[in-house]
Amino acid sequence: MHADPRGVLTGVHFLDGDHACCEGALTAGARFASGYPITPSTEVVERFAARVPTLGGIFIQMEDELAASIALQGAVWGGAKAFTVTSGPGFSLMMEHIGYAAMTETPCVFVNVQRGGPSTGLPTLPAQADMMQARWGSHGDYGIIALCPNSPQECFDLTIQAFNFAEQFRVPVMLMMDEVVGHMTEKVVIPPAEQIEIFPRRHTSKPPADYLPYETNGDMVPEMAHAGEGYKFHITGLTHDERGYPVMTVPAQDKLVRRLQQKIERAADEIALYEEEKVDDAEVVVVSYGITSRVAQRAIELARAQGRRVGKFRLITAWPFPEHRIRQLAQRTKAFVVPELNLGQMVREVERLAGGLSRVLPVSHAGGGVHRPEDILQAILEAAS
Amino acid sequence: MSEVRNPVEPFLRMDRMPHIWCPGCGIGTTVNCFTRALIESKVDLDHVTIVSGIGCTGRVAGYVKLDSFHTTHGRAIPFATGLKLANPKLNVIVYSGDGDLSAIGGNHLIHAARRNIDLKIVCVNNLIYAMTGGQTAPTTPNDAVTSTAPYGSYEPAFNLPHLVEAAGAVYVARWTTYHVRQLARSMQEAFAKKGFSFIEVLSPCPTLYQRRNKLGDGLETMKYYKEKSKVRNGAPTSEVGLTMQGEIIVGKFVDRDRPDYRELMRHRLAETLGDRYVECEELVCS
Repeated sequence: MHADPRGVLTGVHFLDGDHACCEGALTAGARFASGYPITPSTEVVERFAARVPTLGGIFIQMEDELAASIALQGAVWGGAKAFTVTSGPGFSLMMEHIGYAAMTETPCVFVNVQRGGPSTGLPTLPAQADMMQARWGSHGDYGIIALCPNSPQECFDLTIQAFNFAEQFRVPVMLMMDEVVGHMTEKVVIPPAEQIEIFPRRHTSKPPADYLPYETNGDMVPEMAHAGEGYKFHITGLTHDERGYPVMTVPAQDKLVRRLQQKIERAADEIALYEEEKVDDAEVVVVSYGITSRVAQRAIELARAQGRRVGKFRLITAWPFPEHRIRQLAQRTKAFVVPELNLGQMVREVERLAGGLSRVLPVSHAGGGVHRPEDILQAILEAAS
Repeated sequence: MSEVRNPVEPFLRMDRMPHIWCPGCGIGTTVNCFTRALIESKVDLDHVTIVSGIGCTGRVAGYVKLDSFHTTHGRAIPFATGLKLANPKLNVIVYSGDGDLSAIGGNHLIHAARRNIDLKIVCVNNLIYAMTGGQTAPTTPNDAVTSTAPYGSYEPAFNLPHLVEAAGAVYVARWTTYHVRQLARSMQEAFAKKGFSFIEVLSPCPTLYQRRNKLGDGLETMKYYKEKSKVRNGAPTSEVGLTMQGEIIVGKFVDRDRPDYRELMRHRLAETLGDRYVECEELVCS
């Protein structure tokens, strides 16, 4: 289906990433957000709070991030599309409810505009150090999806994509922005509503008597009902069976938890979006994401000017990781260079998938700024030598 | 001959019986009162939703045949807040225990009362954390022995009616599991009341509270409730704090009116935005 035109500000705009993210959410059909203020993410909900009352929706500022991250899930079960927005310290507090959303298969979006950590860290300065937390931060095994925009335009586009994936797979989807992308202002083109595809809620068409909340079809994703429709269903964070009833057995645990992970893993090739440039005959491939990909672009150009065959691989989806493609590239690439604003997180995935066939050089940065292109260039030259 | 059935059975998920509660536990009694209140109030059950947190009382959501959500520890109220805002037609009941609602969920309790979100809170107070083995809770009275206060508790306890009244609740009552008719009637009143309503129900935990404190079984506790309860409707909530085996002031303490969250929101946004304000009764996406 297409986007509801009422929420779509079609036109050419000059927006920062936070505001573009808000427009993406409204375009995707989000009409509920619950938030708790935190730099550098707050502008997303500030704009939402101003815009959504004119579109028939609600913003509520909750008392903390625990409340914000579960109120939105109540709204989803009431029928809404909903999201919350935060940064590192708040993201840490939201971990339990990312697990609850994964376990109950509540489609929703968590936006994290990353800043330097750990703890209070660098509230106003960028980092990309929550990437592993996004994948593994809540306890137990589960699958999630995480996307990494590198421009305000992508903050808009990928917020819509995040809602679409959330509905398609019934998972929490994390939009992993960073402070620079959130606060940089660029041209953002918002297309007409009829050109924007929206994945509808997987609402059941079964009558209440035939409906089981966690019965799955071929694609391992169950159908949803909303409260108040007469289904009288039960939802729990406990291990549960197809009826949604708690079952404390090894087989029930095995069946449920494997499905929660596999519904994402088996669709990884469809979900794992990336951008490539000149990777086919590259001796070195630079793997990067978010704001770092734009610094890496400069380093790649400098290396090419020196005659190096350098390919660019930009992660748009961080999780699930594009495993197949990195394995393929490892067959013919001498080395990967992986710059990121952390001390080495996504580079571990590249190392794992390179499997010793290619060298992998991290270019770490503790956060607070972005890399110098020269530092990435140096790693490229070292890798090519 | 037709089979004699308990009239509450249609309200329960009988395929989940037997329940997990111990003999002498009062939670089942409160569920009986709850179903009787549903019957009496003739509400449309399709529009009644129940939200629980974690703990013994948190299991109520799993046993009643309604749209029901067993959420995370302490977070039933914020979940219910989102649910109620997305669909105001729902009558949203939060049914949970004293530890869940007033310790880990204490912040949400006071803020929901402050906002006057239209939620009905049933707080079953057994004075301890029962599911995990009887540890000290914010409601544990002075001197009581718990698994984590083996020499007796010395923390001052919360007076829950006083707390929620101060935070803004429009309806506050307390009963014990001895007062089944009064409790069912209070629940009915709360269903019909717009705004944040709070009903505290004292309930025995013979396995972990009464036994450890040598107070006998569930029946002994009923006798205590009967003998030491005093009905004082309208009592100042500052005077209804509980002490170990002391007098229990029960009754309806608060019944007042003030605009609920949605009314305040609607008023403010309509006044400021005028025609630009679009009120949506239900936030149902397609």
